[in-house]
Amino acid sequence: MKLHPNLFRFAAPQAFYGLAGRLWPVLAFLATLLGAWGLWLGLFVAPTDFQQGQAYRIIFVHVPASWMSMIIYLAMAFWALLGLTFNTRLSGMMNLALAPTGAMFAFLSLWSGALWGKPMWGTWWVWDARLTSELILFFLYLGFMGLTAAIDDPRRADKAGGLLALVGAINVPIIYFSVRWWNTLHQGSSVSVTKGSSMEPTMLWAMLLMAIAFWLYAIVMALYRIRTIILGREQHTHWAKLELHPEGFA
Amino acid sequence: MNPYIAVIHRDLLLALRRKNEAMTSVIFFVVVAALFPLGISPEMSTLRLIAPGVLWIGALLASMLSLGRLFAGDHQDGTLEQMVLSSASLPGLVGAKILAHWLMSGLPLVLMAPILALQFDLNAQDIEVLTTSLLLGTPLLSLIGAVGAALTLGVRGADVLLSLLVLPLYVPALVFGAGAVQAQAAGLGASAHLSLLAAMLLVAVVFGPWACAAALRIALE
Repeated sequence: MKLHPNLFRFAAPQAFYGLAGRLWPVLAFLATLLGAWGLWLGLFVAPTDFQQGQAYRIIFVHVPASWMSMIIYLAMAFWALLGLTFNTRLSGMMNLALAPTGAMFAFLSLWSGALWGKPMWGTWWVWDARLTSELILFFLYLGFMGLTAAIDDPRRADKAGGLLALVGAINVPIIYFSVRWWNTLHQGSSVSVTKGSSMEPTMLWAMLLMAIAFWLYAIVMALYRIRTIILGREQHTHWAKLELHPEGFA
Repeated sequence: MNPYIAVIHRDLLLALRRKNEAMTSVIFFVVVAALFPLGISPEMSTLRLIAPGVLWIGALLASMLSLGRLFAGDHQDGTLEQMVLSSASLPGLVGAKILAHWLMSGLPLVLMAPILALQFDLNAQDIEVLTTSLLLGTPLLSLIGAVGAALTLGVRGADVLLSLLVLPLYVPALVFGAGAVQAQAAGLGASAHLSLLAAMLLVAVVFGPWACAAALRIALE
Protein backbone atom coordinates (compact mmCIF):
# COMPACT_ATOMS: atom_id res chain seq x y z
CA MET A 1 0.00 0.00 0.00
CA LYS A 2 1.47 3.28 -1.04
CA LEU A 3 -0.06 6.57 -0.12
CA HIS A 4 0.21 9.46 -2.50
CA PRO A 5 3.02 11.62 -1.10
CA ASN A 6 0.88 14.75 -1.39
CA LEU A 7 -1.52 13.31 1.16
CA PHE A 8 1.09 13.76 3.89
CA ARG A 9 0.96 17.48 3.22
CA PHE A 10 -2.19 17.55 5.33
CA ALA A 11 -0.33 16.35 8.40
CA ALA A 12 0.79 19.97 8.72
CA PRO A 13 -1.75 21.92 10.78
CA GLN A 14 -1.80 24.84 8.34
CA ALA A 15 -2.64 22.65 5.34
CA PHE A 16 -5.21 20.68 7.32
CA TYR A 17 -6.84 23.88 8.52
CA GLY A 18 -7.63 24.79 4.93
CA LEU A 19 -8.75 21.27 4.01
CA ALA A 20 -11.04 21.04 7.07
CA GLY A 21 -12.49 24.43 6.22
CA ARG A 22 -13.39 23.27 2.71
CA LEU A 23 -14.70 19.86 3.79
CA TRP A 24 -16.94 20.56 6.74
CA PRO A 25 -19.69 22.60 5.01
CA VAL A 26 -20.09 19.91 2.33
CA LEU A 27 -20.22 17.11 4.88
CA ALA A 28 -22.58 19.09 7.11
CA PHE A 29 -24.95 19.47 4.17
CA LEU A 30 -24.78 15.71 3.46
CA ALA A 31 -25.29 14.87 7.15
CA THR A 32 -28.41 17.03 7.31
CA LEU A 33 -29.76 15.53 4.10
CA LEU A 34 -29.18 11.90 5.09
CA GLY A 35 -30.32 12.53 8.67
CA ALA A 36 -33.59 14.05 7.47
CA TRP A 37 -34.10 11.17 5.01
CA GLY A 38 -33.30 8.55 7.65
CA LEU A 39 -35.62 10.15 10.22
CA TRP A 40 -38.43 10.41 7.67
CA LEU A 41 -38.00 6.73 6.76
CA GLY A 42 -37.70 5.71 10.39
CA LEU A 43 -40.46 7.80 11.91
CA PHE A 44 -43.07 7.83 9.14
CA VAL A 45 -42.44 5.09 6.57
CA ALA A 46 -41.16 2.13 8.59
CA PRO A 47 -43.99 -0.12 9.81
CA THR A 48 -44.99 -0.31 13.44
CA ASP A 49 -43.31 -3.11 15.35
CA PHE A 50 -45.86 -5.75 16.27
CA GLN A 51 -44.37 -6.28 19.73
CA GLN A 52 -43.07 -2.87 20.70
CA GLY A 53 -45.53 -0.58 18.95
CA GLN A 54 -44.33 2.93 18.12
CA ALA A 55 -41.81 3.09 20.94
CA TYR A 56 -39.27 1.02 19.04
CA ARG A 57 -38.64 3.96 16.71
CA ILE A 58 -36.10 5.38 19.13
CA ILE A 59 -33.83 2.62 17.80
CA PHE A 60 -33.03 4.86 14.84
CA VAL A 61 -31.26 7.27 17.18
CA HIS A 62 -30.21 4.88 19.91
CA VAL A 63 -28.33 2.25 17.90
CA PRO A 64 -26.36 4.62 15.62
CA ALA A 65 -25.44 6.71 18.68
CA SER A 66 -24.10 3.63 20.47
CA TRP A 67 -22.13 2.60 17.40
CA MET A 68 -20.62 6.04 17.07
CA SER A 69 -19.66 6.22 20.72
CA MET A 70 -17.60 3.04 20.25
CA ILE A 71 -16.23 3.90 16.80
CA ILE A 72 -15.04 7.32 17.98
CA TYR A 73 -13.16 5.72 20.86
CA LEU A 74 -11.49 3.36 18.39
CA ALA A 75 -10.67 6.32 16.14
CA MET A 76 -9.10 8.08 19.12
CA ALA A 77 -7.00 5.02 19.88
CA PHE A 78 -5.89 4.96 16.23
CA TRP A 79 -4.86 8.63 16.26
CA ALA A 80 -3.19 8.12 19.64
CA LEU A 81 -1.10 5.27 18.27
CA LEU A 82 -0.20 7.34 15.22
CA GLY A 83 0.64 10.35 17.36
CA LEU A 84 2.80 8.42 19.84
CA THR A 85 4.65 6.49 17.12
CA PHE A 86 5.29 9.21 14.55
CA ASN A 87 5.09 12.18 16.90
CA THR A 88 2.61 13.96 14.65
CA ARG A 89 1.12 17.13 16.07
CA LEU A 90 -2.23 16.81 14.36
CA SER A 91 -3.09 13.46 15.99
CA GLY A 92 -3.35 14.91 19.47
CA MET A 93 -5.48 17.76 18.21
CA MET A 94 -7.69 15.26 16.39
CA ASN A 95 -8.29 13.42 19.66
CA LEU A 96 -9.14 16.63 21.48
CA ALA A 97 -11.61 17.39 18.71
CA LEU A 98 -13.15 13.89 18.72
CA ALA A 99 -13.56 13.33 22.48
CA PRO A 100 -16.49 15.72 23.16
CA THR A 101 -18.47 14.27 20.25
CA GLY A 102 -17.76 10.73 21.47
CA ALA A 103 -18.87 11.63 24.99
CA MET A 104 -21.99 13.25 23.57
CA PHE A 105 -22.86 10.10 21.61
CA ALA A 106 -22.25 7.90 24.66
CA PHE A 107 -24.53 10.13 26.69
CA LEU A 108 -27.14 10.19 23.91
CA SER A 109 -27.01 6.41 23.76
CA LEU A 110 -27.60 6.12 27.52
CA TRP A 111 -30.31 8.77 27.49
CA SER A 112 -32.21 7.33 24.53
CA GLY A 113 -31.74 3.87 26.03
CA ALA A 114 -33.41 5.06 29.23
CA LEU A 115 -36.28 6.57 27.24
CA TRP A 116 -36.65 3.29 25.37
CA GLY A 117 -36.30 1.16 28.49
CA LYS A 118 -39.12 2.84 30.39
CA PRO A 119 -41.96 1.75 28.05
CA MET A 120 -40.33 -1.59 27.10
CA TRP A 121 -38.86 -2.92 30.33
CA GLY A 122 -40.81 -0.70 32.75
CA THR A 123 -37.65 0.84 34.14
CA TRP A 124 -35.29 3.67 33.21
CA TRP A 125 -32.19 1.65 33.91
CA VAL A 126 -31.16 -1.98 34.25
CA TRP A 127 -27.65 -3.14 35.06
CA ASP A 128 -27.50 -4.92 31.73
CA ALA A 129 -24.08 -5.68 30.29
CA ARG A 130 -24.46 -3.28 27.37
CA LEU A 131 -25.81 -0.41 29.42
CA THR A 132 -23.14 -0.82 32.05
CA SER A 133 -20.26 -0.97 29.60
CA GLU A 134 -21.66 2.03 27.71
CA LEU A 135 -21.73 3.91 31.03
CA ILE A 136 -18.11 2.98 31.68
CA LEU A 137 -17.21 4.09 28.15
CA PHE A 138 -18.81 7.44 29.00
CA PHE A 139 -16.60 7.60 32.12
CA LEU A 140 -13.55 6.88 29.97
CA TYR A 141 -14.41 9.83 27.71
CA LEU A 142 -14.83 12.06 30.76
CA GLY A 143 -11.46 10.88 32.08
CA PHE A 144 -9.78 11.67 28.76
CA MET A 145 -11.28 15.15 28.64
CA GLY A 146 -10.44 15.75 32.31
CA LEU A 147 -6.82 14.74 31.84
CA THR A 148 -6.21 16.74 28.67
CA ALA A 149 -7.91 19.79 30.17
CA ALA A 150 -5.81 19.62 33.35
CA ILE A 151 -2.43 19.67 31.59
CA ASP A 152 -1.32 23.12 30.49
CA ASP A 153 1.46 22.16 28.11
CA PRO A 154 -0.35 21.16 24.89
CA ARG A 155 2.28 18.65 23.76
CA ARG A 156 2.23 16.84 27.09
CA ALA A 157 -1.57 16.94 27.13
CA ASP A 158 -1.65 15.33 23.66
CA LYS A 159 0.74 12.54 24.58
CA ALA A 160 -0.73 11.82 28.00
CA GLY A 161 -4.21 11.80 26.49
CA GLY A 162 -3.00 9.51 23.72
CA LEU A 163 -1.54 7.02 26.19
CA LEU A 164 -4.73 7.09 28.22
CA ALA A 165 -6.82 6.50 25.08
CA LEU A 166 -4.67 3.47 24.22
CA VAL A 167 -4.86 2.02 27.73
CA GLY A 168 -8.61 2.59 27.67
CA ALA A 169 -9.00 0.96 24.25
CA ILE A 170 -7.21 -2.17 25.48
CA ASN A 171 -9.48 -2.22 28.51
CA VAL A 172 -12.79 -1.67 26.73
CA PRO A 173 -13.17 -5.31 25.56
CA ILE A 174 -12.03 -6.63 28.96
CA ILE A 175 -14.56 -4.40 30.69
CA TYR A 176 -17.29 -5.45 28.28
CA PHE A 177 -16.74 -9.17 28.80
CA SER A 178 -16.28 -8.88 32.55
CA VAL A 179 -19.49 -6.91 32.90
CA ARG A 180 -21.28 -9.35 30.61
CA TRP A 181 -20.18 -12.30 32.66
CA TRP A 182 -21.03 -10.53 35.91
CA ASN A 183 -24.48 -9.80 34.61
CA THR A 184 -25.25 -13.27 33.33
CA LEU A 185 -24.06 -14.83 36.58
CA HIS A 186 -26.31 -12.60 38.63
CA GLN A 187 -29.53 -12.19 36.77
CA GLY A 188 -29.82 -15.33 34.71
CA SER A 189 -31.60 -14.36 31.52
CA SER A 190 -31.14 -10.64 31.19
CA VAL A 191 -33.23 -8.31 29.09
CA SER A 192 -31.86 -8.49 25.61
CA VAL A 193 -31.86 -5.57 23.24
CA THR A 194 -30.99 -7.70 20.23
CA LYS A 195 -33.73 -7.91 17.70
CA GLY A 196 -34.52 -10.75 15.37
CA SER A 197 -32.45 -11.05 12.23
CA SER A 198 -35.57 -10.68 10.10
CA MET A 199 -35.62 -6.92 10.07
CA GLU A 200 -37.98 -5.03 7.81
CA PRO A 201 -35.91 -3.61 4.89
CA THR A 202 -37.21 -0.04 5.47
CA MET A 203 -36.12 -0.24 9.10
CA LEU A 204 -32.71 -1.42 8.04
CA TRP A 205 -32.42 1.38 5.49
CA ALA A 206 -33.51 4.00 8.01
CA MET A 207 -30.96 2.72 10.49
CA LEU A 208 -28.16 2.67 7.90
CA LEU A 209 -29.00 6.22 6.77
CA MET A 210 -29.01 7.43 10.34
CA ALA A 211 -25.71 5.68 11.01
CA ILE A 212 -24.09 7.38 7.99
CA ALA A 213 -25.60 10.71 9.02
CA PHE A 214 -24.14 10.32 12.52
CA TRP A 215 -20.75 9.39 11.05
CA LEU A 216 -20.81 12.53 8.93
CA TYR A 217 -21.96 14.62 11.88
CA ALA A 218 -19.07 13.31 13.98
CA ILE A 219 -16.59 14.12 11.21
CA VAL A 220 -18.09 17.59 10.74
CA MET A 221 -17.88 18.36 14.45
CA ALA A 222 -14.31 17.06 14.63
CA LEU A 223 -13.23 19.15 11.63
CA TYR A 224 -15.01 22.23 12.93
CA ARG A 225 -13.49 21.86 16.38
CA ILE A 226 -10.00 21.07 15.13
CA ARG A 227 -9.96 24.33 13.17
CA THR A 228 -10.42 26.23 16.42
CA ILE A 229 -7.78 24.11 18.16
CA ILE A 230 -5.29 24.63 15.32
CA LEU A 231 -5.86 28.40 15.37
CA GLY A 232 -5.42 28.41 19.16
CA ARG A 233 -2.17 26.46 19.02
CA GLU A 234 -0.73 28.28 16.00
CA GLN A 235 -1.73 31.79 17.01
CA HIS A 236 1.91 32.85 17.17
CA THR A 237 2.43 32.09 13.45
CA HIS A 238 1.96 34.55 10.65
CA TRP A 239 -0.70 32.61 8.77
CA ALA A 240 -2.85 32.15 11.87
CA LYS A 241 -2.62 35.87 12.65
CA LEU A 242 -3.70 36.62 9.08
CA GLU A 243 -6.58 34.19 9.48
CA LEU A 244 -7.67 35.76 12.76
CA HIS A 245 -7.31 39.41 11.67
CA PRO A 246 -7.55 39.52 7.86
CA GLU A 247 -7.31 43.34 7.73
CA GLY A 248 -4.92 44.00 10.58
CA PHE A 249 -1.82 42.12 9.42
CA ALA A 250 -1.26 42.87 5.79
CA MET B 1 24.03 -3.60 44.02
CA ASN B 2 21.33 -4.49 41.55
CA PRO B 3 19.50 -1.20 40.79
CA TYR B 4 16.03 -2.80 40.91
CA ILE B 5 16.64 -4.32 44.34
CA ALA B 6 18.12 -1.01 45.44
CA VAL B 7 14.93 0.80 44.44
CA ILE B 8 12.75 -1.68 46.31
CA HIS B 9 15.01 -1.44 49.36
CA ARG B 10 15.01 2.35 49.30
CA ASP B 11 11.25 2.67 48.87
CA LEU B 12 10.54 0.20 51.65
CA LEU B 13 12.98 2.01 53.92
CA LEU B 14 11.37 5.36 53.15
CA ALA B 15 7.92 3.93 53.83
CA LEU B 16 9.04 2.38 57.12
CA ARG B 17 10.49 5.69 58.26
CA ARG B 18 7.04 7.22 57.78
CA LYS B 19 4.86 4.56 59.33
CA ASN B 20 1.88 6.88 59.66
CA GLU B 21 1.54 7.23 55.90
CA ALA B 22 1.81 3.51 55.37
CA MET B 23 -0.86 2.85 57.98
CA THR B 24 -3.35 5.42 56.67
CA SER B 25 -4.73 3.30 53.87
CA VAL B 26 -5.23 0.27 56.13
CA ILE B 27 -7.02 2.40 58.70
CA PHE B 28 -9.15 3.88 55.92
CA PHE B 29 -10.04 0.34 54.84
CA VAL B 30 -11.10 -0.61 58.38
CA VAL B 31 -13.16 2.55 58.88
CA VAL B 32 -14.95 2.29 55.53
CA ALA B 33 -15.82 -1.35 56.17
CA ALA B 34 -17.25 -0.35 59.55
CA LEU B 35 -19.51 2.26 57.97
CA PHE B 36 -21.46 -0.17 55.79
CA PRO B 37 -23.20 -2.12 58.57
CA LEU B 38 -24.12 1.24 60.12
CA GLY B 39 -25.50 2.53 56.84
CA ILE B 40 -27.23 -0.59 55.54
CA SER B 41 -28.17 -3.05 58.27
CA PRO B 42 -26.48 -5.02 61.06
CA GLU B 43 -28.52 -8.10 60.01
CA MET B 44 -26.10 -11.01 59.58
CA SER B 45 -27.74 -12.36 56.42
CA THR B 46 -27.51 -8.92 54.77
CA LEU B 47 -23.90 -8.51 55.85
CA ARG B 48 -22.93 -11.88 54.37
CA LEU B 49 -24.55 -10.81 51.12
CA ILE B 50 -22.79 -7.45 50.82
CA ALA B 51 -19.44 -8.49 52.36
CA PRO B 52 -17.55 -9.38 49.11
CA GLY B 53 -18.55 -6.16 47.39
CA VAL B 54 -18.01 -3.96 50.44
CA LEU B 55 -14.58 -5.38 51.27
CA TRP B 56 -13.46 -5.28 47.64
CA ILE B 57 -14.64 -1.69 47.11
CA GLY B 58 -13.05 -0.70 50.42
CA ALA B 59 -9.73 -2.25 49.39
CA LEU B 60 -10.00 -0.67 45.95
CA LEU B 61 -10.57 2.84 47.34
CA ALA B 62 -7.87 2.38 49.98
CA SER B 63 -5.29 1.32 47.42
CA MET B 64 -6.31 4.24 45.19
CA LEU B 65 -5.78 6.72 48.03
CA SER B 66 -2.14 5.81 48.35
CA LEU B 67 -1.42 6.06 44.60
CA GLY B 68 -0.71 9.78 44.75
CA ARG B 69 2.36 9.08 46.89
CA LEU B 70 3.80 6.57 44.42
CA PHE B 71 5.74 9.07 42.30
CA ALA B 72 5.03 12.47 43.89
CA GLY B 73 7.96 12.46 46.35
CA ASP B 74 10.50 11.26 43.79
CA HIS B 75 9.17 13.78 41.31
CA GLN B 76 9.66 16.65 43.74
CA ASP B 77 13.23 15.87 44.75
CA GLY B 78 14.39 14.94 41.26
CA THR B 79 14.96 11.23 41.90
CA LEU B 80 12.52 10.38 39.15
CA GLU B 81 14.53 12.28 36.56
CA GLN B 82 17.64 10.40 37.60
CA MET B 83 15.75 7.15 37.14
CA VAL B 84 14.69 8.17 33.63
CA LEU B 85 18.29 9.12 32.82
CA SER B 86 19.87 6.04 34.37
CA SER B 87 21.17 3.17 32.26
CA ALA B 88 18.88 0.67 34.01
CA SER B 89 15.64 -0.01 32.18
CA LEU B 90 12.92 2.41 33.22
CA PRO B 91 10.08 -0.14 33.08
CA GLY B 92 12.17 -2.32 35.40
CA LEU B 93 12.73 0.50 37.88
CA VAL B 94 9.07 1.46 37.71
CA GLY B 95 8.09 -2.17 38.26
CA ALA B 96 10.34 -2.24 41.34
CA LYS B 97 8.68 0.92 42.66
CA ILE B 98 5.22 -0.56 42.08
CA LEU B 99 6.22 -3.75 43.87
CA ALA B 100 7.53 -1.80 46.86
CA HIS B 101 4.39 0.30 46.88
CA TRP B 102 2.20 -2.80 46.85
CA LEU B 103 4.19 -4.38 49.70
CA MET B 104 3.59 -1.29 51.84
CA SER B 105 0.00 -0.42 50.89
CA GLY B 106 -1.57 -3.43 49.15
CA LEU B 107 -0.32 -6.36 51.21
CA PRO B 108 -1.53 -4.87 54.54
CA LEU B 109 -5.03 -4.67 53.03
CA VAL B 110 -4.87 -8.35 52.10
CA LEU B 111 -3.76 -9.24 55.63
CA MET B 112 -6.48 -7.10 57.19
CA ALA B 113 -9.27 -8.48 54.99
CA PRO B 114 -9.81 -11.80 56.89
CA ILE B 115 -10.34 -9.93 60.16
CA LEU B 116 -12.87 -7.59 58.57
CA ALA B 117 -14.54 -10.57 56.88
CA LEU B 118 -15.18 -12.04 60.36
CA GLN B 119 -17.14 -8.90 61.21
CA PHE B 120 -19.29 -9.64 58.18
CA ASP B 121 -19.87 -13.23 59.29
CA LEU B 122 -18.20 -14.93 56.31
CA ASN B 123 -17.28 -18.59 56.81
CA ALA B 124 -13.75 -19.97 56.56
CA GLN B 125 -13.90 -21.02 52.88
CA ASP B 126 -15.33 -17.67 51.82
CA ILE B 127 -12.63 -15.86 53.76
CA GLU B 128 -9.98 -17.95 52.08
CA VAL B 129 -11.35 -17.11 48.63
CA LEU B 130 -11.68 -13.44 49.55
CA THR B 131 -8.08 -13.26 50.72
CA THR B 132 -6.83 -15.09 47.62
CA SER B 133 -8.81 -12.79 45.34
CA LEU B 134 -7.37 -9.74 47.10
CA LEU B 135 -3.88 -11.23 46.94
CA LEU B 136 -4.25 -11.49 43.16
CA GLY B 137 -6.30 -8.31 42.80
CA THR B 138 -4.44 -5.68 44.81
CA PRO B 139 -1.22 -5.92 42.75
CA LEU B 140 -3.41 -5.59 39.65
CA LEU B 141 -4.94 -2.44 41.13
CA SER B 142 -1.45 -1.09 41.92
CA LEU B 143 -0.25 -1.75 38.36
CA ILE B 144 -3.26 -0.09 36.72
CA GLY B 145 -3.21 2.73 39.23
CA ALA B 146 0.47 3.41 38.66
CA VAL B 147 -0.25 4.32 35.02
CA GLY B 148 -2.87 6.80 36.21
CA ALA B 149 -0.50 8.18 38.85
CA ALA B 150 2.21 8.69 36.22
CA LEU B 151 -0.20 10.40 33.81
CA THR B 152 -1.44 12.84 36.46
CA LEU B 153 2.01 13.58 37.87
CA GLY B 154 2.28 17.27 38.79
CA VAL B 155 -1.07 18.09 37.18
CA ARG B 156 -3.66 20.48 38.65
CA GLY B 157 -6.21 18.65 40.83
CA ALA B 158 -4.33 15.39 40.34
CA ASP B 159 -6.07 13.49 43.17
CA VAL B 160 -9.62 13.80 41.91
CA LEU B 161 -8.53 13.38 38.31
CA LEU B 162 -6.64 10.21 39.22
CA SER B 163 -9.80 8.63 40.62
CA LEU B 164 -11.73 9.56 37.46
CA LEU B 165 -9.06 7.94 35.27
CA VAL B 166 -8.44 4.83 37.33
CA LEU B 167 -11.81 3.78 38.74
CA PRO B 168 -13.40 2.80 35.38
CA LEU B 169 -10.33 0.68 34.63
CA TYR B 170 -10.72 -1.10 37.99
CA VAL B 171 -14.10 -2.53 36.95
CA PRO B 172 -12.88 -5.95 35.69
CA ALA B 173 -10.80 -6.52 38.84
CA LEU B 174 -13.79 -5.68 41.03
CA VAL B 175 -16.15 -7.88 39.00
CA PHE B 176 -13.96 -10.96 39.17
CA GLY B 177 -12.60 -10.32 42.67
CA ALA B 178 -15.93 -9.83 44.40
CA GLY B 179 -17.48 -12.34 42.00
CA ALA B 180 -15.07 -15.04 43.17
CA VAL B 181 -16.37 -14.80 46.73
CA GLN B 182 -19.98 -14.69 45.59
CA ALA B 183 -19.48 -17.71 43.34
CA GLN B 184 -17.88 -19.58 46.24
CA ALA B 185 -20.77 -18.66 48.53
CA ALA B 186 -23.25 -19.81 45.88
CA GLY B 187 -21.49 -23.17 45.66
CA LEU B 188 -20.24 -22.65 42.10
CA GLY B 189 -16.56 -22.66 43.00
CA ALA B 190 -14.26 -19.69 42.63
CA SER B 191 -11.57 -21.17 40.42
CA ALA B 192 -12.85 -19.61 37.17
CA HIS B 193 -12.94 -16.12 38.67
CA LEU B 194 -9.57 -16.52 40.33
CA SER B 195 -7.99 -17.83 37.12
CA LEU B 196 -9.27 -14.83 35.17
CA LEU B 197 -8.03 -12.49 37.89
CA ALA B 198 -4.61 -14.15 37.73
CA ALA B 199 -4.63 -13.87 33.92
CA MET B 200 -5.37 -10.15 34.13
CA LEU B 201 -2.61 -9.77 36.71
CA LEU B 202 -0.12 -11.44 34.35
CA VAL B 203 -1.13 -9.17 31.47
CA ALA B 204 -0.81 -6.14 33.76
CA VAL B 205 2.62 -7.29 34.98
CA VAL B 206 3.81 -7.34 31.36
CA PHE B 207 2.23 -4.12 30.10
CA GLY B 208 1.74 -2.06 33.27
CA PRO B 209 5.35 -1.04 34.02
CA TRP B 210 5.94 -0.40 30.33
CA ALA B 211 2.91 1.91 29.96
CA CYS B 212 3.79 3.53 33.27
CA ALA B 213 7.34 4.22 32.08
CA ALA B 214 5.98 5.76 28.86
CA ALA B 215 3.67 7.97 30.93
CA LEU B 216 6.56 9.08 33.16
CA ARG B 217 8.66 9.97 30.10
CA ILE B 218 5.77 12.10 28.83
CA ALA B 219 5.38 13.76 32.22
CA LEU B 220 9.08 14.59 32.54
CA GLU B 221 9.70 15.60 28.95
